[in-house]
Amino acid sequence: MSKIIEVSNLSKNFGSLKALDKVSFAIEQDGIYGLVGRNGAGKTTLLEILTSQTIASEGEVTILGQHPFENSYVMSNIAFIKEAQRYPDNILPKVKDVLGAAALIFENWDQGFADQLLADFRLDLKRKVRKLSKGQTAALGVVIGLASRAPVTIFDEPYSGMDPVARQLFYDRLLADYAENPRTIIFSTHLVDEAADLLEHIIVLESGRVILDAATEDLRGQAAVIEGPMAKVMGAIEKLEVLELQEVGSFGRAFVNQISQSQSSKFVSEGLNVQPISLQQLIISKTKQNSNLEMESAK
Amino acid sequence: MEDANRPIFLQLGERLENEIISGQLAEDSAIPSINELAAFYRINPATALKAVNLLVENGILYKKRGIGMFVAVGARKQLIEMHQKTFAGEFIDPLLAEGKKIGLSVVEIIQMIEKRSN
Repeated sequence: MSKIIEVSNLSKNFGSLKALDKVSFAIEQDGIYGLVGRNGAGKTTLLEILTSQTIASEGEVTILGQHPFENSYVMSNIAFIKEAQRYPDNILPKVKDVLGAAALIFENWDQGFADQLLADFRLDLKRKVRKLSKGQTAALGVVIGLASRAPVTIFDEPYSGMDPVARQLFYDRLLADYAENPRTIIFSTHLVDEAADLLEHIIVLESGRVILDAATEDLRGQAAVIEGPMAKVMGAIEKLEVLELQEVGSFGRAFVNQISQSQSSKFVSEGLNVQPISLQQLIISKTKQNSNLEMESAK
Repeated sequence: MEDANRPIFLQLGERLENEIISGQLAEDSAIPSINELAAFYRINPATALKAVNLLVENGILYKKRGIGMFVAVGARKQLIEMHQKTFAGEFIDPLLAEGKKIGLSVVEIIQMIEKRSN
């Protein structure tokens, strides 16, 4: 597989705030990627630089082997669906006008697929975009993103405001279409949860830095939570990387980054409870660990 | 997949294995395509492929070029033998550990098993 996006040492400063701090990663062609992080972690700034809506303070980005800035070749290959997409207020476009514009912009636009998606999400072509609810506006973005079939399709918080039925519809349509037409899809979200099974790879941003960049299947099952009497827990975690430690009375709980099968069975035989943790919990613990480390180094 | 904590390709592999053991997927018959599996379980196609490849490596499935994946002849027997080997560790050990915790002797546990299975 070849790399479709390469980011190296990317920084973006807003005054004294480092929105992005020496971010480096690569995205392979044809895959579903998750860009995960808390509010303000730098996700949208990063995506805006990738789509050349913002200029980086430092560092390099190449997409399809070229610099994206004012590059029509690169731009015609990217669909960027923003969370809070604004549509012109003065001309009050209808849903069909927005789709008409999208059809002109995207080379691989599939009108039949767009029509099917509109029906799925119950969007009325004649409706003014401004009259759509938050969830319907998000669904319109999803329709455009999917029907664009752009080689690089980026969804920034695609499901905010969408109801559970619409979200599941989105996953189903995405997977079915991705299987037929593989491309590079990037989701940004602060919640991995229900999209976790779709993601091949996740990149976690925290305070403008990449704190995790791994294949989801490698992460699943490697981290664990160890529970039991605090003294025993402390003994068990001596040689492990601890992400988070919690205590109530004499009872303790430790989230550890990685644990082997033999370590796990040894702890269980000592009377400790060892359970794998979910991807979401791993990301939360990692993020907390990172901000703790930062606070310490700031002291 | 229902278990958020374990690798999905392992879970999907186990499902396919169980379907072969139960006879739902018959030997020498085709299994669903990677894309069908991905769509049905709402998982990434690359993950579905990984699950299927693992079963191919273990000789449970085989590839017919240009047609698809098929259940190997003898796969059911092989899987049953494998599952019998891991049965004690997976099921008896936790049973004994729990029994020990609440003060049940091995004899008592055996008696309970016999009673329940009648």
